[in-house]
Order: sequence, then structure tokens, then C-alpha cells
Amino acid sequence: MMADDSSGYACPIPTSDYQQILLAHGGGGRLTHSLLEGLFLPIFGSPELASRHDGAVVDISHNRLVMTTDAYVVHPLVFPGGDIGTLAINGTVNDLAMCGARPLYLSAAFIIEEGFPVASLETIVRSMRRAADDAQVRVITGDTKVVDRGHGHGLFITTAGIGVVEHDLLISPAAVAPGDVILLSGDVGRHGIAIMAAREGLAFETTIESDCCPLSDPVLRMLEAGIDIHCLRDLTRGGLATSLVEIAETSRLRIAIDESAIPVRDDVRGACEILGFEPIYIANEGRFVAFVPERQADQALALLRRSPVSADACRIGRVTAAASGLVTMKSLIGSERIVDMLSGEQLPRIC
Amino acid sequence: MKYIDEYRDPRAAAQLADHIARITTRPWTIMEVCGGQTHAIVRHGIDLLLPESITLLHGPGCPVCVTPVELIDKAIELASHQDVIFCSFGDMLRVPGSVNDLLTAKARGGDVRIVYSPLDAITIARENPHREIVFFGIGFETTAPSNAAAIMQAKQLGLSNFSVLPAWVAVLPAMQAIAASGAGKVQAFLAAGHVCAIMGYAEYEDMASRFHLPIVVTGFEPLDILQGLGLAISQLEQGRAEVENQYTRAVRREGNQPARKLMDAVLMPVDRKWRGIGIIPGGGLAIRQEYASFDAEKKFGLTSMVADESTVCISGLILQGLKKPHDCPAFGNPCTPERPLGATMVSSEGACAAYYRYRRVPSR
Repeated sequence: MMADDSSGYACPIPTSDYQQILLAHGGGGRLTHSLLEGLFLPIFGSPELASRHDGAVVDISHNRLVMTTDAYVVHPLVFPGGDIGTLAINGTVNDLAMCGARPLYLSAAFIIEEGFPVASLETIVRSMRRAADDAQVRVITGDTKVVDRGHGHGLFITTAGIGVVEHDLLISPAAVAPGDVILLSGDVGRHGIAIMAAREGLAFETTIESDCCPLSDPVLRMLEAGIDIHCLRDLTRGGLATSLVEIAETSRLRIAIDESAIPVRDDVRGACEILGFEPIYIANEGRFVAFVPERQADQALALLRRSPVSADACRIGRVTAAASGLVTMKSLIGSERIVDMLSGEQLPRIC
Repeated sequence: MKYIDEYRDPRAAAQLADHIARITTRPWTIMEVCGGQTHAIVRHGIDLLLPESITLLHGPGCPVCVTPVELIDKAIELASHQDVIFCSFGDMLRVPGSVNDLLTAKARGGDVRIVYSPLDAITIARENPHREIVFFGIGFETTAPSNAAAIMQAKQLGLSNFSVLPAWVAVLPAMQAIAASGAGKVQAFLAAGHVCAIMGYAEYEDMASRFHLPIVVTGFEPLDILQGLGLAISQLEQGRAEVENQYTRAVRREGNQPARKLMDAVLMPVDRKWRGIGIIPGGGLAIRQEYASFDAEKKFGLTSMVADESTVCISGLILQGLKKPHDCPAFGNPCTPERPLGATMVSSEGACAAYYRYRRVPSR
């Protein structure tokens, strides 16, 4: 009996031999091999994995490589707009993109809890393959471990990624300069609210979906057009505010943004108001900021808007000459305030 | 969400600010009671739009901030019981007790869970019949009715494993205490809009005439606060001392009668110690005798705990409007949201937290 073939990837060996992951699936013996041969290898489908070696050997054509790693422990594993698999692929792809690299290859290490349904694992790995195809990367090496029931929260995934740098720019907070314009790639707050709603069973009138997506396309468009990108940062935990504060503190310059310029969807804003959250602190998984010189800002914005994942890109502020390492924001009613990092998480209002 | 945008419209805000500037001829000191209003003021920079002669004092309307230290200690003791699942709103987890906080109790193995509503705690009680579920009953009269409803529901369901640690506080007695003490020379109050949505404002009329203080029931959006301030200043300039309702879209004079009935059925006024301030007569709510089996203090025999407060933290003075966060020598160093010395730096409605987050560098 063939496993469900909804995504067009054929499984030569039925995975329905076992409904749930056993400790033995991580033992390195027959069961591990049946999981690799029946699930991981056919779904990921990369030639490097097919070589069935300890590591993947690839040719790299450039001198500067970027490497990144991340662990994914999100709960719930599946949420509106994605799952831990899509997060794992896009998160690593985006870290590479933020360094100005073309993402190429990923590794994926799975820590699976004994008893985890094989069908769920298959769904997640299929998600990862789809996300990898969208991002034009391959998973070329991996690992599988199984931990005792009660010690693993279902599934953890760790990825590492490699990309190549095809330009001479130094893209980092150190390159940020006074006068730089700050571009934001789209509306903020969707991912964090989607996760919170799923986790806490909060139902809003419309289902808010995560914005999880790969960001390499808009970055590569800007690089190919010769935009002198000074800094890129994707907005994950801590949201837009945290990323800007980090860059301001590292570069020791002052960032000034305009609250009315920051796009937030109505349903996200509504959820934030009920919970007492500020959208600028909510996690995103498919949004970034770019610091570009003023003279190229219009061109960069036009390029971003041509990419599907940054079609609603906009200007939100600039870097000023003041050396203060602070982020200030002009509020909706016109007065100024400081934007700081949160300590801990935003907690819902009590009254 | 046009509803929200309209109450944050910059042109309307500027008009209200101009109006205030035109009618203000003398210095006035006004206290906004609710922590949510304090946050809105600091977050949107509303005070920066006012003439310099208007002084805003931040009131004690933060239920997390005023929870006495011994209640935190009692909560920690309960949370450390093996059988107990301790449920609380998230803010309370980082408020320092005498020695630790609930988050430390959680890290040390206590089953502490963040809930968004007391009904979540009821659900946990039903799903865990062999554990004792305790809910931390924090809040003003805004949240007391839902807490009362939860206790009623627990009784109807015959739950024997659910109880509440009573920590509710009542706003009006605290306002009266501040007015009576002349602390900070408060000349008018912006009353807490959501408390008044429940309680109404008929009870403020006696206070307004007795102390000759304008009291304006005010909402939380920038335009609400600016309009409330305008009404208060108008009264002050004209020598009036009345109760006015700015927050008409949510508040009626008689309040929310079904909610008040629910509260009265389950809870009763008691004297309560407010952290940093002292005992305020009638300043708290406790569980009535017929629901005593749902009172965690009685159930677990915790009534005799007493604790001392930190001498460094001046949050009591801040909650009474006598000092601003920047006046505190510990503000920002060593007292930060990560390492708070007092509750006002922890709570999302605390004045110190508001200043630390939005105005660490003083604007004025």
C-alpha cells in the first residue's frame, strides 16, 4: 500500500508499516533505514541524500560563503499558514538571505519523540520539500534521533544552511550610515498572532495566517540591480521593534521611524487591541527591513514591490546623524517616543 | 478598525490640545487613576501635547502593582505545593515577593500556568480532578465580575478542587484615600473608564462634592484622554467640582447592573493593604462566607503570613503620584523590567515600566 501521494512524490516503501515512531527508529538499524528510505529520502529527493553518505559533497563556486543554523521548537507544530517544517526551511533560507547570500543547501536534523505519528512526520517533511522548492534550495544532509516519550514535545528540528555571496558588499549593522532609508517588506504581526491564536484557542472572526515565506527573491533582485544595501534584518522574535533596536545599538546611530507608516492588517490590529499587544513587537516569519542609501531608496522600493513576497513594501523611516543608538518613533498623534526592546514576552492585558 | 483610527486621529488630537492650551490660564495638577491610561499617555506622548502648566500625576490603578507582597508570597507557597496547579495572569509571574517571584517557583518545578481568563482555570480544574487548582484573583472591579462568575460556576459544577486566592482591589476607596491625604495636591481625577463601565459613577458624586474635586470618567484612547483632560481643566478653570462622563460609549451612571449583582452575590468589600501605600479601608474585595470553600487562603490555611516590603523601591510614592519614576534613584539601574525591585516596573500597566519602555531618556 503506497503512502498518500498528494504532493506527487512517490514512496517506494510503505510507511504505514508503523503508525508511530518508535525508539528503534532512531537506533541506526533496520527501522532507521526504513524511515530514511521510506520517508526522508524520497520526499526530500536530493541527489546528495541519495548518495547515502555521512555528509554531502558539493561544488561551491564563490569565495565567500554564508553559513547559518537554527533550531525550531514551535508549538503547536501546525498552525494557520504553515508548520514547523515550513518555518525550518524558510527561517534558515531567510537568515542566509539577510546576509546577502544566495541560499543553496540545507541540513535538517530531527529529534522525534517516541510515539509521534508517522503520518504527521510525513506531512511536515512534505511541507519542507515544498518550501525548499519555493526557495530554490535543497536539503542535502540530515540526521534522525528519537527520544523517550515525554521528553521531546513531539518534534524538534534543527537546520543549518549554506549560501554563496555573489557581490562585494559588506551587509551588516556596521555598514549602516546616517541618511539611510529604512524599507519594510510588508505588513507586520501576522505570525505571532497566528501562533498565539492557535496555541491558546483564541478564535477571531477571520483566521489570521502566518506570513512565513522565503525572502531570498527580493534580496537577490536588489543585489542584481546593484543596490548598495547596507543592512538587512528579518523580523522574527521580538518583531520590528527589536530588530531596529538591535541595529541601532550595534551601529550606535539613531533610527527614527513613523508609526503611521508601518502597515498592519486590520484583523491583526484588532487582535492586538483585544490582547493589549503592540504590533511592532510581534514575531514575523516572512518580513524584513532593508537599510539603503537615500539616493537608491526609490529604486530599491520599486524592486521590492515587484517580488510577490514584498509587494506591499514601504518606507518607514531613516537613520539620522545623531549618535545615540536609540530608536525613536513618531506616534500616531504626532509626538515622539522611544522604542525599546521588550523584556520577556508581551503579556495580554488584564483589564 | 476605523474605530481605533478615529480615536487616534492626529488632527483631532491637535484640535483638542489647542483647546486645552486656550482654556488653561493657571497651573493644574490632575491624576489619571488607571494604569492603562498611564500607559496610553506615555506611549502616545499625550502629556507632551499639553501646556507646561498642566501636571499629570500617575495614579495607583494597576492591580498587579498594588498586590501586597504577602499575597505574592502566599501565591508562591501555593504554587510550590506538589498537588497544586497555580493559574495566573501572565503579569503576576514576574512581580517580586519577599524573596522570589512566581516565575522562579515555576522554574523550580511548581506547576504555574498562565491563563487569560478565570474560566480557563475552571476548565483545568475539570480536566484534572486529582489536582488542586488555584486561581490568582487579581484585578479591579473590571475583572471581579468574571472572577465571581467563575466561582459561581465552580459551585454549580460541584468542583471541590478549585479555589481562588483573593487579591481584588477597589478603586474608589483608594481615590478617596489620596484625596483625603492631599497627597501630590491632586486637583482633579480622570476616573478609570473600565472600572466605571462596571460600577458606574454615581458613587463618585459624593466624593466630588466632599473634596471639591472634578472627576471625569475617561477612556483609554488618545482622544479620550485629551477630551477627558479638557473637561477636567474646564471645570477647574470655572471652579466647578462635578462628575462628568467622557467615556459615554462604554459607561453609564448606574454601571453594568448584572455584573454588579454577580459581584455582590459572591464578593464583599474588605480592608486591604495596597503595596507601597498601606491599608485602605474597603480597598479590597473578599469572598463571601457562603463561597468560603472556594477561598484558597482559608482552604490552605494561609491567613497568617505577613511580609515586609523593600526599602529601596519607592513604588508606593509613585502610585500615589508623589514621585515620578525618574525621581527614583534605582530607576533603570538596578531596577529594570528584567530585574524589578517593585511591581510598578513589572506590570504592563505600571508607571515605571511605562517610562522605562517609552521614555527612558526624559523628554521633559
